[in-house]
Amino acid sequence: MNSPQPRPDPPTPKRSSGGRYSIWRLLHEGLRGQRGWTRAWAKATPRPRYRVVIVGGGGHGLSTAFHLAAEHGITDVAVLERGPIGLGNVGRNTTIIRSNYFHPENIRFYELSLGLWERLEHRLNFNAMVSQRGTLNLFHTEAQRDLFTRRANQMRLLGVDAQALDRAEVARRVPLADLDTGRYPVLGGFLQPRGGTVRHDAVAWGYARAASAAGVDIVEHCEVSGLRIAHGRVTGVETPQGFIAADTVCLAVAGHSSVLAAMAGLQLPIETHVLQAFVSEPVKPVLDVVLTYGAGHFYVSQSDKGGLVFGGAIDGYNTYGQRGTLPMAEEVTAAALTLLPGLARLRVLRQWGGVMDMTMDGSPIISKTPVEGLILNGGWCYGGFKAIPAGGLTTAHLIAHGAPHPAAAHLDLGRFATGRTVDERGVGPFPYLH
Amino acid sequence: MSAASAPSLTCTEPMLRIPCPWCGVRDESEFRYRGDATRSRPDADAGLDAFNAYVYERVNPRDWHTEWWLHVAGCRRLLKVVRHTHTHEIRSVEAAAGAAGAERSR
Repeated sequence: MNSPQPRPDPPTPKRSSGGRYSIWRLLHEGLRGQRGWTRAWAKATPRPRYRVVIVGGGGHGLSTAFHLAAEHGITDVAVLERGPIGLGNVGRNTTIIRSNYFHPENIRFYELSLGLWERLEHRLNFNAMVSQRGTLNLFHTEAQRDLFTRRANQMRLLGVDAQALDRAEVARRVPLADLDTGRYPVLGGFLQPRGGTVRHDAVAWGYARAASAAGVDIVEHCEVSGLRIAHGRVTGVETPQGFIAADTVCLAVAGHSSVLAAMAGLQLPIETHVLQAFVSEPVKPVLDVVLTYGAGHFYVSQSDKGGLVFGGAIDGYNTYGQRGTLPMAEEVTAAALTLLPGLARLRVLRQWGGVMDMTMDGSPIISKTPVEGLILNGGWCYGGFKAIPAGGLTTAHLIAHGAPHPAAAHLDLGRFATGRTVDERGVGPFPYLH
Repeated sequence: MSAASAPSLTCTEPMLRIPCPWCGVRDESEFRYRGDATRSRPDADAGLDAFNAYVYERVNPRDWHTEWWLHVAGCRRLLKVVRHTHTHEIRSVEAAAGAAGAERSR
């Protein structure tokens, strides 16, 4: 990439990060009546120019900013978020982390992410409640057993944990599940012990705090309304607060990637779809793994507050409406009640819908674009949350070095034209089927 | 027959209600979505870029969207629907046969 000479970063401003968090701090503040806590991160007003502007203050945008500062020393960075931090998809998802894929590229990428999750709290000095309670995928037919065994073997060949469970072991681990109900009795399961859940709000806040402390400007309520491009090169972004110049602009706005790319005159291999999720009223501990049903699309875990957090497939047609409609809600709850009949006694506390970039092969995009200096982090389908650490790390690498990180080189935009798609489900270029 | 002239085709929650020209207004669960209906297959010698755009690239508007719906649990006809991707309002529904680009649709 023929980029202009980067200017030296301006001196890092002294930032409040609320100080370092520790058990001693907790004790100290407890004795002082909790009066010493300050803001975890600084709300910034944008300066007229930056080396890097990241559009989108979700998990991937904040993680990219953190890794730019932490690994590459690039702190002349602004993260522009149209709403408040933490209220987009990063704060509204089913919080599952795992690396149980089949394609080697996917296993390596998501395993990189899982390794980063395991060290995240230490790195960010923030309690994200990373809980490696295991992800358990159930199978219901002999063919499905073969498929899962193949996937588990592929993972083990690459050194990733995976194990097969027989029916008795599934019954022992998940007494709540009815293994005999319906047309498809449970034959067994496929467990990744290191999979689990993470407190999603804490992920947004932890990255925001660490990035802010390193000197990154996090600007809320700053919606990008246009991209300025001169001679095939991006020069900055238009916002209600005025034009902000940048050497590199990174789009991290999954769900709306097509809308932002259109501002640069680009069409992407993406359709936008809505995915619903649900939370039941809180109950005492009944489920201590992340459980997925194999005879329908349904996954569930129990949050630390006691609510059962569950979801299913996308509604299945292009939409930017962040709500979702009843037929899919019915399908998800039908699967829920088939596997866990006891759930019939619980009320659904709330339901929400978030919009997803659904790509043509079901895999994400971390790539340069035909516009010089414009980087895309998007196409996360409905698996973006688990990828936040690796997505940020590899996007920051791409921005800093102008070349893809080895773990994410297969996620470039050019893969479609050259036939190197990574289609985990094997359904072809039909986003509504992934 | 086209339903495009019908006075009101507004769809609101809790689900899409698609006015099929043959069957009348039906729930979305009777239909299968078949994607963007604005693309047409390039000529065989149009080259890689044209085919890449045809197979993979989408406008994906946050706006009016022309799309195919197959009425699988009804008349089994393919319909061309113009729907807003944010409000879900349906502006027109017509038969695929005779609609522009239909002869090349899947």
